[in-house]
Amino acid sequence: MKSLWINPVLNKEIKLRFRSFKGFLGVIFYLFALGLVALGFIIVSTMYGQAAIFRPEESRMMFTVLSFVQMVLILFMTPGLTSGAISGERERQTLNILLTTPQSSVTIIISKLVSSISYLLLMMIASLPLYSIVFLFGGVSPSLLISTFCIYLITMIAIASLGVMFSTLIRKTIISTIVTYGVTVFLAGGTAFLTTIIGQLFMYQQYSQSIVPYLTAMFNPFFILLSNFESYLTDEIQRLSGIDFPLMASFIIIYVLISVLAIGISIKKLRPRMKAQKRIG
Amino acid sequence: MIETVNLTKKYGSFTALDSLNLKIEKGTVFGFVGHNGAGKSTTFSILSTLLAPTSGTAYVNGYDVTREPKKVRNHIGYMPDFFGVYDQFKTVEYLDFYGASYGIPKHEREILIPQLLELVNLSHKKNEYVDVLSRGMKQRLCLARSLIHDPEVLILDEPASGLDPRARIEMREILKELKSMGKTILISSHILPELAEMCDEIGVITNGRLVASGSVTSIQNQLKANKIIHVKLTADLEKAIVFFEDEPKISNLSKNDKHDDTITFSYSGTDVEQVELLKKAVSNGLQIISFGQEETDLEDVFLEITKGVDFS
Repeated sequence: MKSLWINPVLNKEIKLRFRSFKGFLGVIFYLFALGLVALGFIIVSTMYGQAAIFRPEESRMMFTVLSFVQMVLILFMTPGLTSGAISGERERQTLNILLTTPQSSVTIIISKLVSSISYLLLMMIASLPLYSIVFLFGGVSPSLLISTFCIYLITMIAIASLGVMFSTLIRKTIISTIVTYGVTVFLAGGTAFLTTIIGQLFMYQQYSQSIVPYLTAMFNPFFILLSNFESYLTDEIQRLSGIDFPLMASFIIIYVLISVLAIGISIKKLRPRMKAQKRIG
Repeated sequence: MIETVNLTKKYGSFTALDSLNLKIEKGTVFGFVGHNGAGKSTTFSILSTLLAPTSGTAYVNGYDVTREPKKVRNHIGYMPDFFGVYDQFKTVEYLDFYGASYGIPKHEREILIPQLLELVNLSHKKNEYVDVLSRGMKQRLCLARSLIHDPEVLILDEPASGLDPRARIEMREILKELKSMGKTILISSHILPELAEMCDEIGVITNGRLVASGSVTSIQNQLKANKIIHVKLTADLEKAIVFFEDEPKISNLSKNDKHDDTITFSYSGTDVEQVELLKKAVSNGLQIISFGQEETDLEDVFLEITKGVDFS
């Protein structure tokens, strides 16, 4: 088990990623974007007040806004970080050599994934001081912060797994990137659109129930994030669909499934299919 | 030891490799000759476990490449014809990464890597980024990488391609050293005379089929069925032409274009018959000062073997 987590491939990935100037720029860009939003929010909310005061309700509001912006940033960065994981090596003509080493497909894929996620985690951790503004003014419990970060992590792993999968299946990084962004846009925007449209359709037919809004909403990280703050939306969706099972739980199950499936496919497709090991006897 | 049995690779209707049967004994340097797209790289990819064959089997040191790919990987050092390096690594780090990938402990790597760099003449570049190395240096670094786990079998796809003459000579010297270390080497190259000098055996592949294989001299002899002979005379050229035209195993007799004192013809006789022919010519009073056979090198062999093969 130890060799799976501390292995040469992961070591190499982390070294190369954190050594490049690009890696540093990524963190700068991330914090700058997030900081701008936080600062903008404080300026706007204190601009029209009598005194320059920042109330706990506003602090909670700011936390919500920051969380959504951070989710957008995660959804924006994860595909870019992962969709070239394998195809990039293939294009740089380093993959063949890597595949002739005894490093297993599992190690290579998991290492690629872990290194991308650790980079995203670094950005998230680097953004924590921004959240301290929120804590300074109150209104948000630590448990809310933890659950929010858990949602990020689950989303991140699923999108990263999809990115690695497409980069294994598709030879060209550019196409793999487009496909990964396409799927991400569908998960983040497409499912929200579908849920809203279908929700509207059924709202006028009080007697009928449909599980469709539930099915589309459980894929949407924004709905899940929102339900973490305010439960009215998910309550409504669950009422409309008549399903008692919590939306959050369905989200976790489905995203974990996506991750497992995508990682499994990547591992299987990294190397050519060989015959099964000869049975002894 | 490398062996392939009816090794075949098809891409749809295109056959890249057609029932290849090869047997390379331990310690042999085997040169693989063929035009681009003949199936050399396909064979190398299968032997390196990067490609699954459509049918047939291949063994490296007795391990089936499709059934025990992990064991095969531990026994081969593979150098592809085109390869990249991780630019952000320093030379030492580059080798260290692959050493670790082969499970070599850190303290052993620290001893091994300077030795390898010494072998490929890169000791002075050990702390440079791989990015700044010249093509020849990268090529040598890649060779050092393929040696890191001390494999018995080396699979080198065009190790000298794209190198300037000096870098090519350096590469050849390193390969000679590896040969003296007793490694089994499977090597492909476009540059045939270089292969001839180094290889114990060569195999010629065209359109996925092995058309000739054996020692360099035996292949040359196979093709020398029709030798080209040049005869230089001091006088009586016309008389000589009349004499040689009457001989049974001579064809395509002509005056040499460049030298008007020389005649050239194809001869299909054996070496013994050739001696008799010369004796007879001299005893017939021909003023021969030179009677020589044209040297054929591997280039000619290759052209002869692949003659009439459709390369399109």
